Amino acid sequence: MLGLHLYTLPIFFVVQGVALYAILAGADFGAGIWQLLAGRGERGGRIRDHAHRSMAPVWEANHVWLIFVLVVLWTGYPVAFASMASTLAVALTAAGLGIVLRGVAYALRSVSASAAEVRAVDTLTAVGSLVAPFALAAAAGGIASQRVPVGNARGDLWSSWLNPTSITAGVLALLSSAYLAAVYLAADARREGDAEMEATFRLRALIAGSLAGVAAIAGALVVRSDARRIFDRLFETPAVLSVAVSVLAGAATLALVARRRLDAARVSAAVAVAALVGGWALAQNPVLLPGLTVREAAAPHDVLVLLVVAILAGGLILFPSLGLLFRLTLRGSFTAPPRIERGAPLPGPTSGLAATLTATRLAGASFVVGAAFLFIGDGGWPHAIGVVALGAFIVLGLSALAGEDARE
Amino acid sequence: MTGALTLDPVHQAYLLEARQMQALSFAVHIPLVCFGIAFPAMVLRAEWLWMRTGDEIYRVLAMRWTKVMVALFACGVVTGTILSFEMGLLWPGFMSTFGAVFGLGFALEGFSFFVEAIFIGIYVYGWNRLSARAHFASGIPIVLAGLTGSLFVLSVNSWMNDPTGFDVRDGRVTGVHPITALFGNGHLAFELVHMYLAGFIVTGFLVAAAYAVGHLRGRWGRYERIALTIPLTVAALASPVQLLVGDWAAREVAKTQPTKLAALEGVGHTQRGAPLHLLGWYQDGDVKVGIPVPKGLSLLAFHDPNAEVQGLAAVPAADRPPVNVTRIAFQLMVSIGTFLAALGAWYLYARTRRKSVPSGRLFYRLLVVAGPASVVALIGGWVTTEVGRQPWVVYHVMRTTDAVTAAHGIPIGYATLAAFYACLVAAVAWILRRLARAPMATAAEPERALGGG
Ligand code: HDD
Ligand code: HEM
Ligand code: HEM
Repeated sequence: MLGLHLYTLPIFFVVQGVALYAILAGADFGAGIWQLLAGRGERGGRIRDHAHRSMAPVWEANHVWLIFVLVVLWTGYPVAFASMASTLAVALTAAGLGIVLRGVAYALRSVSASAAEVRAVDTLTAVGSLVAPFALAAAAGGIASQRVPVGNARGDLWSSWLNPTSITAGVLALLSSAYLAAVYLAADARREGDAEMEATFRLRALIAGSLAGVAAIAGALVVRSDARRIFDRLFETPAVLSVAVSVLAGAATLALVARRRLDAARVSAAVAVAALVGGWALAQNPVLLPGLTVREAAAPHDVLVLLVVAILAGGLILFPSLGLLFRLTLRGSFTAPPRIERGAPLPGPTSGLAATLTATRLAGASFVVGAAFLFIGDGGWPHAIGVVALGAFIVLGLSALAGEDARE
Repeated sequence: MTGALTLDPVHQAYLLEARQMQALSFAVHIPLVCFGIAFPAMVLRAEWLWMRTGDEIYRVLAMRWTKVMVALFACGVVTGTILSFEMGLLWPGFMSTFGAVFGLGFALEGFSFFVEAIFIGIYVYGWNRLSARAHFASGIPIVLAGLTGSLFVLSVNSWMNDPTGFDVRDGRVTGVHPITALFGNGHLAFELVHMYLAGFIVTGFLVAAAYAVGHLRGRWGRYERIALTIPLTVAALASPVQLLVGDWAAREVAKTQPTKLAALEGVGHTQRGAPLHLLGWYQDGDVKVGIPVPKGLSLLAFHDPNAEVQGLAAVPAADRPPVNVTRIAFQLMVSIGTFLAALGAWYLYARTRRKSVPSGRLFYRLLVVAGPASVVALIGGWVTTEVGRQPWVVYHVMRTTDAVTAAHGIPIGYATLAAFYACLVAAVAWILRRLARAPMATAAEPERALGGG
């Protein structure tokens, strides 16, 4: 059972990060996949637009979960991280390049003018969206099937992620991403009152969900013959409970989509993916890599304490901010028609000539003081005073030059 | 919990390619993130002026800049993601041995990225949809996250240059104190100030350069004048300060990394009253063809004309960095820095004394040069820091040869990445051109300024 020790806490957060990445970035990649399958013509364009618009405000935040996973892993379990990254180098490079395509395509889309340009850019998104989740899940499959040994690039660069278990994981990741995305896009369309898109994506959700279910069953057979250890552990307690939750939630999502209960489907689809990730983690526990347990891999005690404190403190900032972003998105605040506020002059002192002159003089004085302390001074305090005074020079300078930005 | 497992040292035939791959990735990431550090503040300045004056021109400007900001931000995010991968892909020996020591810096960094990415989403898509005040407020966390992001990532780099907060016993890392390592090292303070200012200098001069090109081609209305002065004022104020901070950096380097200083200045043999050389190149223990300033180096680095400066020969040849690369990069940075400070002073003089921006064409021609030159100074500074640190990845503790991956195929990865980055740079150039040419939205149709995105 997953005992809660200090050394398991970071990996616990890593698993949550993986689950959130699989859900949130999965939906983003899935939207990219639907852009590829949108077909041509005017309707295809509308499908691609809908997919883009839904994801645009949130995709960057969604992708930070991957960074979170990496940094917690390399701080908390440095040897395991280094072993994984060096052996899985090809898979991770492919994933990285896929993410580059996704990001650049996003930037390009905002300036694409003609329909042909937009289509070309969406194809880039789609390629990235196929490559990145496949490669990342295949890398995870390599870890699960014990093909990543401890050491500097000790495992095979290719078969570590191109093997039956990895390919199964990759295909499953693509299908579940497409499934998630379809559910989310249908729910978004519903909220926007776009019946056509809602029907389109509901149909896609039903198809992708059924395919994902079939793939999961077929995949289980593949894993059974390829990686018996993880297969057996998946069907023991406690992992089996998580797997069962995943199966039930996946099936429930299909039913909810069929009944147009889309907001509930959003939640159950996320649960299905999270429970699958959780099941893998439970099955893998306590072994991180062959011959290396979580406990053995963990960083020294003090580091773990600080890491956990940092994550909890960071969470206090992160979750309210994320909550705000998703609330605004789900409320449709970003897709509502714009309302143009007329800027009204705010009350407040307008910088008169005298004030400007004072600011200029003060800025000059700060510069002299700062320069003296930084240049002549030695040691911490004189330098700190110097930096503060030079900072004051910049701020005062900005205010001195503020009022007349547009003067002839 | 051992925490001290390390990977065996390996032989890597393509170490140089691995280092170049790392350097290439940085050279693409760093100019982009200068915009992440500084541009949000400039966009907010324009928006604030709109709120203060009610003048539509400021809002049109802020909205147009928002598009630039979000495009560059997306590219900064994905290049940063590549960098994070590369830490493990290229330097597993470094990560496995020291990940526990400096990793916390990146973990904190991760939360900065979250804040930045979340509020950029809100800011960009909240234009004209949130109330003016709420929208403005949503931009503030972006600016703060740019500062904390720089702080945390530089804590890692400064630790690599001035490692503290751990012991090495029998080749194992023990007694790890991450807080001391990251925030107690002697390089963080000046690296942070120097890099943060560099963010404003690069962004300011590049944006100003774009409008200076327009000025030279006759596009010079009220809009362009405002769009030029907002970034230029910041950059002009920051660049003289940067000179002082750079000098501070050099004095700290003289203390903690004497070999690096010797490489920066091409000092072959330890000497008292060492001269400073401008230009020239280093060969056989001395600077050839350079212009010597007697006792200049001792004076600048130690504030004492007769101070002893340690030469490269004080350490075995295997412990010396490549001198000419480091030295030329350093000289480029310093000469460009001086040029930028002079240009900034000219601008500040004109604004305070003559109450207007300089009017001659020369000034705008120089501005056009200053934009790209500031990027050269930025990369030059990083080459100084990073190549000057060689052959150590963790100064005097771990060699780059012990950090590198054992994996094959680095040249293939390098070539692929270089091709991708060439496309990325081309894409960025194309995006910026498109945005610059987009028709100006008027007050009647401000939606245009945000386009279809
Ligand atoms: C616009 C950019 C820019 C400009 C104008 C300057 N620098 Fe710089 N410099 C950088 C941008 C930079 C940087 C951001 O690229 C570096 C790399 C590491 C760092 O902290 O800042 C740097 C590093 C750096 C270092 C190495 C520190 C180390 O190895 O740890 C020194 C000694 C200087 N600088 C000195 C100067 C001097 C004397 C300048 C002016 C005359 C100057 N810099 C202008
Ligand atoms: C001087 C050094 C660095 C500075 C000042 C810096 C700054 C920044 C900033 C401001 C961003 C926000 C994105 C943007 O503005 O475009 C960013 C993004 C990023 N950087 Fe860097 N960075 C540096 C080096 C590094 C290094 C060494 C790594 C990793 C090893 C890294 C990894 C990342 C990642 C992963 C992102 C994307 C975050 C996201 O998903 O939002 N950076 N960086
Ligand atoms: C702030 C965070 C940074 C971190 C953590 C970092 C880390 C590293 C690491 C691990 C290496 C490889 C090992 C080595 O060659 O010693 C490296 C090399 C290098 N980095 Fe950085 N770096 C940072 C910022 C930068 C930036 C902003 C640049 C800008 C161009 C840069 C330029 C280089 C170069 C040129 C090399 C190769 C050195 C050589 O081959 O001689 N670094 N860095």
